[in-house]
Order: sequence, then C-alpha cells, then structure tokens
Amino acid sequence: MAPAGRTLLIVALFICGYGIFASLYGARTGRWEWADSGRRAVYALALVTTIAWVILEAAFLRSDFSFNVVAAHSSTTTPTFYKLAAPWSSQEGSLLLWVWLMSLWSSLILFLTRARVREIAPYATAVLLGFAAFFTSLATFFANPFATSATAPAEGAGLDPLLLHPSMMIHPPMLYSGYTLMTIPFAFAIGALITGRLGSEWISVTRRFALAGWLFLGIGIVLGARWSYTELGWGGYWAWDPVENAALMPWLCITAFIHSIMIQEKRGMLKVWNASLVLATGILAILGTFLVRSGILDSIHAFGASTLGGPFLALIALMVAGSVGLVVSRRADLRSEHHLDSLLSREAVFLLQNLVLVALAFAVFWGTFFPLISEAVTGTKHSLGPPWYDRYTVPLALIVVLLSGVGPLIAWRRATPANLRRAFAAPLAVAAATAVVLLVATDAARRPLALTLFALAAFVLACVAQELWRGARARGAIAGEALPVALVALVRRNRRRYGGYLVHAGIAVLFVGVAASSSFQHVNQTSLRPGQTARVGSYTFRFDRPTVAVQAQKISLGAVMSVFEHGRRVQTLRTAREFYPDTTLGPFQAPISRFFTGEPETQVGLNAGLTRDMWAAVDVPLTPLQSALDFRDRQFQMALRELTTKRRLAAYIQARDVVVDSLAQRWAQHPWAADFRLIVSPLVTWIWIGGIIAAAGGLIALWPAPVAARRRATAAYRSRLGRELAESGA
Amino acid sequence: MLIVVAVVVLVLTGPLRAARASRPAPDRPAGAEAADLEAARDAKYREIREAEMDYRTGKLSEDDWRAIDHDLRAEAIEILRRLDRVRDRAAAPRG
Amino acid sequence: MDPSRKRAIRLTVALTAALLLASALIYTSFTAGRDELTAGQLLRLARPGRSYLLAGTVLNGSIRRQGDVTWFRVRDPKLSVSVPVRYTGIVPDPFAAGRGVVVAVQERAPGSPTFVGEQNSLTTKCPSKYQAASGAAS
Repeated sequence: MAPAGRTLLIVALFICGYGIFASLYGARTGRWEWADSGRRAVYALALVTTIAWVILEAAFLRSDFSFNVVAAHSSTTTPTFYKLAAPWSSQEGSLLLWVWLMSLWSSLILFLTRARVREIAPYATAVLLGFAAFFTSLATFFANPFATSATAPAEGAGLDPLLLHPSMMIHPPMLYSGYTLMTIPFAFAIGALITGRLGSEWISVTRRFALAGWLFLGIGIVLGARWSYTELGWGGYWAWDPVENAALMPWLCITAFIHSIMIQEKRGMLKVWNASLVLATGILAILGTFLVRSGILDSIHAFGASTLGGPFLALIALMVAGSVGLVVSRRADLRSEHHLDSLLSREAVFLLQNLVLVALAFAVFWGTFFPLISEAVTGTKHSLGPPWYDRYTVPLALIVVLLSGVGPLIAWRRATPANLRRAFAAPLAVAAATAVVLLVATDAARRPLALTLFALAAFVLACVAQELWRGARARGAIAGEALPVALVALVRRNRRRYGGYLVHAGIAVLFVGVAASSSFQHVNQTSLRPGQTARVGSYTFRFDRPTVAVQAQKISLGAVMSVFEHGRRVQTLRTAREFYPDTTLGPFQAPISRFFTGEPETQVGLNAGLTRDMWAAVDVPLTPLQSALDFRDRQFQMALRELTTKRRLAAYIQARDVVVDSLAQRWAQHPWAADFRLIVSPLVTWIWIGGIIAAAGGLIALWPAPVAARRRATAAYRSRLGRELAESGA
Repeated sequence: MLIVVAVVVLVLTGPLRAARASRPAPDRPAGAEAADLEAARDAKYREIREAEMDYRTGKLSEDDWRAIDHDLRAEAIEILRRLDRVRDRAAAPRG
Repeated sequence: MDPSRKRAIRLTVALTAALLLASALIYTSFTAGRDELTAGQLLRLARPGRSYLLAGTVLNGSIRRQGDVTWFRVRDPKLSVSVPVRYTGIVPDPFAAGRGVVVAVQERAPGSPTFVGEQNSLTTKCPSKYQAASGAAS
C-alpha cells in the first residue's frame, strides 16, 4: 500500500498544479468552464488525500512497521485509539493531515459558493491549491509518510508517553482545522483584492469559515492548556511558550476580524483594516505551523530542528509581500463608504476592541520572536519570561473583557448618554456589588488586578443576562410568547448575536478561572518520606504510602497522599512516576536498568472541584537503587553473552523480569524520600467550563438559521419596502 | 490506482466537456454585481432588524430609532433600485 | 467641529497611543530580557551577580541526582565545551541525556566551576517528534 500512497501524493501534486492553472486561466480569459474545472480540482484533491489518509491510518492500525513512520511512532502495544491518532504525532503524518483537512474545507467552501462570488472564487481556488501544493510537496519530497524500509522491524518504537493522553490526541487536529480554516478567508481576500470586488459578499461567504477557524483553534488551545495542567509535572496550564503563542496570535487576530467584519457589513467601513487583518491571520497561521517544525526558537514544544524551515520562510515571505502589495495597490477601492458617527457607538467599541486585540497579538509576537530580534540587533539572544508577557497582556486582557460587556449594550451608529445610563446601570451595580463582597469576604484586596478582573467578569455576565432578559421580553411582547419560548425563539432567530454573547460570557468565566488560579495559588515543593506532611495553604498533605505497579510497558512508582483541612481528611490523591524502557540502547546495554531509564512520565494526582483543585506530582529518585541496578546490569550482561539456546533465553527473560520486579518493589518495601510538588489552586475548573461555554456560543453563532426563517424575513421586508417604493413614485 | 486517476480525470474535465457540448455560460459580470447587491441588501435588512431590536431592548430612544430606521430604509430602497436595474439589464435582449 | 478634522484628531490620538505602547514594549523587552547563551558564551561572558539562560544539550553520562539536587553538564551545540550545573526544582519528564534544555543559571561561587541553576527554571525540549524515536540526539 505504501507505493499507492506515494503515487497518490504525486497525483495530488499534479491536481494542484492543474487546478491552479485552470482557475487562473478561466479567470483571466473569462472561460468559466476552466474556472469550474479548477474548482473540481479541489474536490479531486479531497478525494485523493482522503484515500491517502485512509492508507496511512490502516498502516498504523495493522502495525505495518515497513512504513518508517509507523515504526517510529507506534507499536503493537499502543492502544487502538492512540494508533488512530499517532499519524499526526509525526512530521510526515501531520503534513498529510494539513493537506487533507485543507482540501476538505476548501471543497466545502467552493461547493457552497459555486453559484456566488464567481469572479473571486477562481483566484481563491488558486491560492488554496497553492497552499495544498506547498504542503504536498513537503510531504512528497522532504517528509514522506509513505517512506518504507527494506527490512521492517519486529516492533515499533511506540508513541511518546507524554502523548498518551486524550487531550493531546485531539489537540493537533483541532489546531490544524483552525489553521486550515483560516486560509479560506485569506484566499478569498486575495481573490477580492485581485478582482477589485471589495464589497461585503466575499466576507459574507467566508464569515462562517473564519468563525469555525476561531472555534477550532480556540478548542485546540484550551485542550493544550488542559494537557499541560494534567499531564506535565509543573502544575501550570500556560507558560508563554513559543508554540503556545504561535496558536494564540492568529486566534487573537481572527477574533478581531469576526468583530470588525460586522462593521464592514453594516457600514462599509474598515475595509483596509479587515483585508489587512485577515491576511495577517493567514500569515500567522502558516507562521504557527512553521514555528513548531523549524526549531528556530527554544521551546518545550520545539520539536527539534527539521529541514522544513527554509521552504516555510519562503512561503511566509511570499505571503507577506503579496498581501502588502495587494492592499497598497487597492487602497483606493478599499476606501470606507461611511465614517464613525460617534465615539459612543458600537462601531467605536468594536474598533477599540480590535485595536486592543491586535496590540495583544503584537505583544505576544514581539515576545515570541524577541530572541531572534535581539540576536539580530545586539548579537546575543535575549529571552523574555512570563513576567514580561504578563505586564502587557494582563492590562490589555482586562480592557478586552470590559469591552466585551460594553459592546453588546451600546447601539450602532450613536448612543446617547441617557441610553447608556439605562443600559449600564444594572451591570455596573452588579460589578460594584461583586467587588465589595469580595473585598469584605475574601483576601482579594491583596491582588488588585485579579479583583478588577472579577468585577469586570461580573459586569460582562450581567450585561449578557440583561440582554437576554430584555430581548426575550421584547420578543415576547411583539410575538405574544411566554418568556422561555421567547428566549429560545430569540436565540434561534439571532444565532450570530446571541451565540456571540454566550462566547463573551464563556471568556469572562474562563478569565475568572485564570485570575483566581494564578493569583491565589499555593505551592509547596518538598521532599517527604511516608508519614511526613507538608502544608499547602490551609491544607495539609500527608504521604501515606508508596505504590508500585510493574507492567510490560512501564514501571510505576507512586504515592498515596491524604489531604486534610482543619484536621479532617478531605481527599485522597494518587500520583506516580512512570518509567518506560529505554529503547535507544543496544541489546547488551543495561539489561536491567534500561527498564528504569527510558522516558519517564508523571501521573498527576488531581482532585478537581468547582471551588479549588488539589494537585500532586511525585518524583521518585532512583539514586537509592543505582548500585543495585549497576550490579544487576553487570550480572545480566554476562548471562546474556552466554546464551546459546532458545530455552536458556526464555529462562533469562524470566529471571530478568523477576529481578526488575523485585527492584521496583523495594520502593514499596523500604521507601525513601521522594520529591513532591503540591498545589492548591482555586477555580481552575472554571477555565475549562468557560472554554466549554465559549465553544457552545461559537457553535450557536456558526449554526445557519433555518432557510424558511431567512426567506420569511427577507420576504416581509421586501414587501414593506416594495410598498414604499411604490409610494415614493419610483 | 488507475481507477482513482480515471475518476480524477473525469471530475476535472467535466465542465470542459459540458462547454464543448455548447451549454451557455451564465452572464458572469452582471451576476457578480447582482450578488454583491444581494449581499448588501441582506446586510441592510439585518441592520434594520437590529436597530428595531436595539430600540426594543432600550439601547435606543424612540426618536433615535426612528431617525436611524428612516436612514436605513432609505439605503435599503436605494439598494433594491440598483438591484432591479442590474437585473433588468441582465434580462434585456442583447443586440 | 468639522468631521474630517475630528477624524484626523482621533487618528492622531490612536497612532500616538499605539506608538507609546510599542515603544514601551520594545524598550522593556531589551531591559527585561535575559541573555540566552550557549555553554561557550557563558564561560566567556558570564559576570558575577547576573542571571543568564543557558541553552544547550545535556551531555551524555553527566546526570547525577543526590536528594533533590540534580547535577548535569550542558554541552555547547557547536564547540566541544560543556558547563556543569547544580539544579534544584522540577525536573521535566523529558529531561534526559542528549536532550535540548534551557535553564536559568547564576554565576558560580568563587572557586567553583559549577553554575547554580535557579529553582524550577529548567525546561526541556520535547524529544523531537519529527525525528524517529530510536535516533537519540547526541
């Protein structure tokens, strides 16, 4: 099947080349059958890459180690779910995933717009196929997922233990879906700029794809944070790591875009801004993909240097140059049809929000690339840590949260001070009451920024609740519906608006979790023997007893801990350090200690609650076992050299397993001091809850209104306006 | 693999074969302008509805709403007039 | 006031605010950042009382653990020099010989060749998922 896969990649390349030619030829000559043929090239690409993907997945599922990528990233003992997800843990598989997802989304948009934006679509098709050709070329010539070895190993290397987590397996497809969806508005913007068709149609056809890109990338970011918190042994969810930032930057820009396009749709304003923003988002999406693979920045995620940095840089340079050139050349056509009527208007709030989001993206961009910038300027690499990022992102984030409450309550075009007083009186009162209660009842005063965030979040939630209440009441009055029915009808009728309000509420909740957990966290890092205790905030953690589990794939040395509050046991936590065999050693090297010196992994003991999380991670040092391990290694190396028959091999393996088990059991029988990282963190769960609420809001906003409702709305207005046309003597 | 390639070739060449069979192409330039105007019309209708909703939820006073609504409906009428002119031009016999 | 003049004022205010923010950001980044040095650069340039980020690869066979202290040597990627580090704190799961690491260090005590790692500052690059798992970086 591998030759078939390789052939399919070559076919895909030809399809891309043909499609680009056909689309451009059709657009330039007005021979639209060629443009349609170019569109169909995208469908054909989707077909071909789907088959290629299925071949790759099948190879992983049946553990076909003749495929190099399967041998390097899977094994016969890898669980089936992780076998299915293992393709995208590799460079090769992830490149194919990129192309596949892109071809699917591109096929969808081009199918949906086959009778619309007929002048723009061919150029957009060419751009999308250009991206596909780039990634397919990388997969074909630099990192081929269908490369094989003449001699297939009997067993694969297996998946990195850090990736054996559900979040980590869903995280990459979410991120790639986000990145690939963001290329769609980018491509249509390029098409609109080339053709000069800079009305709102290209925006209206790509808006949902921009929103879907926002949704998927956001889910990917939150899943990555969740994985970091529950799987890595440091107890945090965000470290301003370059690869985390690489996903955040396009997400911030697309957030700005999906707000500012409303202004262009309604008022014909911000055309240059929107075009620049969506182009920047597309560039940042490719930049994010590049950062993960190039190794140019030091990151816990920077997966080593690869040969792909050069081609990516060339593509990014082309995208930047092309985008700037097009926007500058079309600036006359991008002139605004209207101007800002008033600073007290939703347009002004959206504009301010856009500026703040772009400022956030710039701060993150600057901090991320600063090591390279400083090296170019001063000759020495400078790195910026979380305190620098927090200095700028925290105040800007506070402004974004504030504006997410103000925006929905302020009218388009102009709002009067009297209307603002009516709109904001109740939410401001809620915010003030929240601040007062927190000041009186908690120690929030010692963290003024966190307190500000809590008050702002209360403001936002009150604004959203007020909007829902007033909207449902107004609809109920007009349509004669009961309030609950009116509320449901209101949301169904205005999914974009109220889905967006739900997103605002979700983000506010998420920030509450972030502010509380980062400002009021208690951490203790200490060494404990069984029976010893450590204080963490108002809780006491006690190391009760050690645990040992010896399995074929790993050895787990752990601890059971009891947590007490005011002398009463409130929780039991189990944490462990898992040791995987070292697969890099030769057959005669470290026959016993190899089972303890491979990739370790921390199993965090986590008790998550609505008010606080208790988190424990143990690191069991192997130093007390070292002399025994060295002795047994020498003993078994000699035995290994004297093996001559299969029967003796079986006896050797049995003896080896007994020794490994007995060494592991020493931790249970005579436990020594282990290092613990213990954390009590308030309201962490609200980060995940906020993410879920925001995702639900995004889905609601994304969902198309029922066709009948759309037709009814249009028909009603048409008839009213038609009457007026007649009355005005048209 | 040959089947896949054959299917791909059939898919790609479909429109080309249809064009050779002399099915008339749609009037592209007029269609594009009409599509732009339809998008603008739909956006204007949304604005009109949202302005009414803003009034009913207390963000706008009645006077402000009536003024804005009047402007929006005038803009919508202009769009409808332009749309009708474009459609009339597209439907007019050529030559 | 004439609307176009109002717009010009607003644009000026916005651009000024953006310029101020960008300037603050850029200025503080040069003053707040820490030098990221290789082992060779650290040996040449390290000054007492300053903190640096040491980036490199963990030397094979150099890892030693004693209680909660981890000793290891960080190799320069280009030169055949390495520096010893004494570190306490969280040791990331992927930490191993041959892996890329970044650790904040301070100048060693007088007479000692060892740099002292700041607590919990050690980060390790994930083993390259874009290279075969069996090929450990040397």
